[in-house]
Amino acid sequence: MRQRPLSPHIGVYKFAYTMATSIVHRATGVVLSVGLLALAGWLIAAASGPEAYAIAVAILGGAFGQLLLAGWLVAFSYHLFNGLRHLNWDLGRGLEKHEARRSAAIVVVATLLLAGALIYAAFFAGVPR
Amino acid sequence: MSLRSPLGKVLGRGSAKQGVSHWWMQRVTSIALIPLTLWFAYQVVHLPTANYDEVRAWVASGFTPVWLLLFIGAVAWHSSLGVQVVIEDYIPDKAAKVSALLASTFLHIVVAVAGSYAVLRIAFTTFSAG
Repeated sequence: MRQRPLSPHIGVYKFAYTMATSIVHRATGVVLSVGLLALAGWLIAAASGPEAYAIAVAILGGAFGQLLLAGWLVAFSYHLFNGLRHLNWDLGRGLEKHEARRSAAIVVVATLLLAGALIYAAFFAGVPR
Repeated sequence: MSLRSPLGKVLGRGSAKQGVSHWWMQRVTSIALIPLTLWFAYQVVHLPTANYDEVRAWVASGFTPVWLLLFIGAVAWHSSLGVQVVIEDYIPDKAAKVSALLASTFLHIVVAVAGSYAVLRIAFTTFSAG
């Protein structure tokens, strides 16, 4: 590619934590896209028979698999609440700097609460449905 | 003064030739996913164990297959739109970018179709009391 002058990029800006909430939204989205592969794999294994399902359980039931599942619950919680924040922005609301900082804090707190509840229910509670 | 041609203006599709469809469908799928993901998360974390018979009984129970199909479709669509933007933003090389976009699109369709087929197959081959 031809070398052209570049406009200043993110390096010229002072770090604000709203920048972190922005890139984490994208990162959690990619993480959840990988989760979609696991979801499809799990369902296909369950549809294929007990032998195939045993392989899926061996992968997802191991320490690394459980860590992944917990990670997807955290990523989902964050992407959900920050997505709601984005939808609110799309309505033209909450775009002032002080509002964006406040909603970022709300997203982090809500994420911790929901992710905590989901991880508790999935790994510790054994609640009957 | 505008540099846009009258034809370009009336078509309203912009430089990507897609108008607002990408932006709009990302919002439509995101709204659909609010109840669908909450439902799915609630269901999976409450599966008492995830053994073979129990998971199949859950997939086949009641209207669960319908919600699962909607969930898989909306997630795959939303994910495809999102990964597309990530690829467009971070892969500058044209050939690599187009290849990655094709791979992502095909993979999302394969995952959606295969996942949906798995749900239907379980639903039609499992006898469930639910």
